[in-house]
Amino acid sequence: MATLWVGSRKGLFRFDRAAQGWQSAGPPSFLAEPVSALLDDPRDGALYVSLYHGHFGCKLHRSDDRGLTWTELPSPAYPKSDDPDAPALEFIWCFAAGGADEPGVIWAGTLPGGLFKSSDRGQTWELNAALWAVPGREKWFGAGYDHPGVHSICVDPRDSRHIVLAVSIGGVWITRDGGASWAIGGYGLRNEYMPPDQAQTPELQDAHLIAACTADPDRIWCQHHNGIFVSDDGGVNWRESLNVKPSGFGFAVAPHPTDRDRAWFAPARKDEYRVPVDARLVVTETRDGGQTFTSLSDGLPQGDAYDLIYRHALVIDGTGNRLAMGSTTGGLWVSDDQGGRWQLLSAHLPPIACLAFAP
Amino acid sequence: MDGVTVATLRFTSHLVRHRPAPMIEAAGTTLAEVLERGLAGDELLKSYVLDEQGRLRKHVTIYLDGEVIVDRVRLSDPVGPGCEIYVLQALSGG
Repeated sequence: MATLWVGSRKGLFRFDRAAQGWQSAGPPSFLAEPVSALLDDPRDGALYVSLYHGHFGCKLHRSDDRGLTWTELPSPAYPKSDDPDAPALEFIWCFAAGGADEPGVIWAGTLPGGLFKSSDRGQTWELNAALWAVPGREKWFGAGYDHPGVHSICVDPRDSRHIVLAVSIGGVWITRDGGASWAIGGYGLRNEYMPPDQAQTPELQDAHLIAACTADPDRIWCQHHNGIFVSDDGGVNWRESLNVKPSGFGFAVAPHPTDRDRAWFAPARKDEYRVPVDARLVVTETRDGGQTFTSLSDGLPQGDAYDLIYRHALVIDGTGNRLAMGSTTGGLWVSDDQGGRWQLLSAHLPPIACLAFAP
Repeated sequence: MDGVTVATLRFTSHLVRHRPAPMIEAAGTTLAEVLERGLAGDELLKSYVLDEQGRLRKHVTIYLDGEVIVDRVRLSDPVGPGCEIYVLQALSGG
């Protein structure tokens, strides 16, 4: 039985695929609370959910029984300071499980720009001081929020010390020593809305999401603010996919786990509109490493559709056959055939921030 | 607790929905002291009211005997004997 977790503006929903098809598991966990990130840890089955309370701050919960009961854990905390403007956690934007050789290690990307690590399944957290202090850090700035945020963390399955992450807005950063030191990547990315002489500055790149091919982690895809980019060297250098129709703008990318040349995207009309092009919702797929793209629309609304797909709301399962997509207007679709045909699971969910298939 | 200023902390039901937050009596001459002592046994509850820098959360407000506090950063507002302290959420939509 497959399971899909849906992190929404009003709680964490669960859908299961039983013999008769996909079904909602009922009312959500954390009804009325905005979910900002979730992780279904493939190593031990633990679920992690961060909530973005409007009043009471960002909160972290873990379930060790597949969502039946939850334990609240301390949230990542920025170091104590007497500065009245000292940084404080705004929210957790993404989680990543550490490597198979690092049981209990969880990474969390946050606003205002800090990367945190837990080595004890979320009981305690430590700010990664090296990334917080990298040269060029002062160039980072917020995109859609007041402060920059870490939204993508790719842990190399071949070497847990090798991590590539991305910041909006702050570029692509790479460590090969488990976070002790970081080097800027992102050469070849292009941020069109910056002044011309700054458009290719690595620290000023607005990668909306980066995601690696599991079987070939040096192949990393980037849905950038300005288009789609591909890296073959673990995020150091990138090339741009040109003339992507209907649009190269979007937030999400879902790479095939074993076929390095395949990936799916959720395009939108850039960027002052952020709705489907011509109000027709499509997913685009490339099978040739970003050279060409095909629009997939079977089962998706082809008129009067204003669904936007956020960066963590287009996902693929471990087999590479099943995709899921959730929208800001509460639409949830699943495809069991790599996007060839989409099934609407619900048109009435709260705005969807993030999805995750159970491993 | 003769000779010591004791205040009473009460929490909005919106907060009690997330964490058990009974009425708490705690001593102190400033709001910071009362909160520090009153919330000392529950760091998670404390994190709903204050951020990790000890500042009042942006969308939380506190009334001392009917007056909204002035110092949201250092929480230096004086607390008198028998002070009634209400921890409330600011209203928001959505």
